[in-house]
Amino acid sequence: MSLFKVFDVAGSAMNAQSVRLNVTASNLANAGSVSGDPNKVYRAKQPIFATFNDALVAQTGVTGVRLTGITESTAPLNVQYRPDHPDADADGNVYVSNVSTVEEMVNMMSASRSYQNNVEMINTTRDMLLQTLALGRQG
Amino acid sequence: MKIPAFAVHEQALKMRAERNEVLSSNIANADTPNYKARDLDFASALKSVQGGALPMKTTSALHSQPANFMSTGAELKFRIPMQPTLDGNTVETDVEQAAFAENAVQYRASLTFLNGSISGLRYAIKGGD
Repeated sequence: MSLFKVFDVAGSAMNAQSVRLNVTASNLANAGSVSGDPNKVYRAKQPIFATFNDALVAQTGVTGVRLTGITESTAPLNVQYRPDHPDADADGNVYVSNVSTVEEMVNMMSASRSYQNNVEMINTTRDMLLQTLALGRQG
Repeated sequence: MKIPAFAVHEQALKMRAERNEVLSSNIANADTPNYKARDLDFASALKSVQGGALPMKTTSALHSQPANFMSTGAELKFRIPMQPTLDGNTVETDVEQAAFAENAVQYRASLTFLNGSISGLRYAIKGGD
């Protein structure tokens, strides 16, 4: 019965979206983190989504979501001249992480909406399956 | 035994189930870069199943079938997006959700028709009891 595949597909998508939500949480938590060393500063992270098997997708059009990795943002760091800061480098500069809180809030909303969509999909499909199981019962 | 009363709805149910799968894949991949949304052309697929035009005739079990045909013989087509996106993804969540909801209702309609046929048959078997 092909309807069962929906649970795998939606499940993998929910998994991917929850990783995205986790990464967003990490980004937001570290949004204001500061370091005197530009190589040690927290940089915004983003998960990369992909489909499972491209050949299979071409044939059936059905695929779940897979995480291929997590990238770090290459956006420039915010350099601030704060010689009084305990972490400041020899020039008196500190480096602030390049997390954009606005972007992360948008990401958070997008991820949670997508997650909800998948939950609804599972609910609908489950109802359809239960009704199919009850076929011919009544009357 | 093939019961004529079931014929269309049986095929329709199968195809609705497959379409449900394809649409769920679209919604699941709403955020996947370069994913291309697909859909089954339901009307023409059902017509071809009824006409028996698909799949291709073979004389040996080793002959391959065209890759694009699913078990019911329905053909997959790419969805033309209304708005372009930067990441090459052609899923429009609202369009897919509407199609998914519509498909779920149609699936239930097919189930209701089948239930009606079954209770009719049961009525006949029991002699109107």
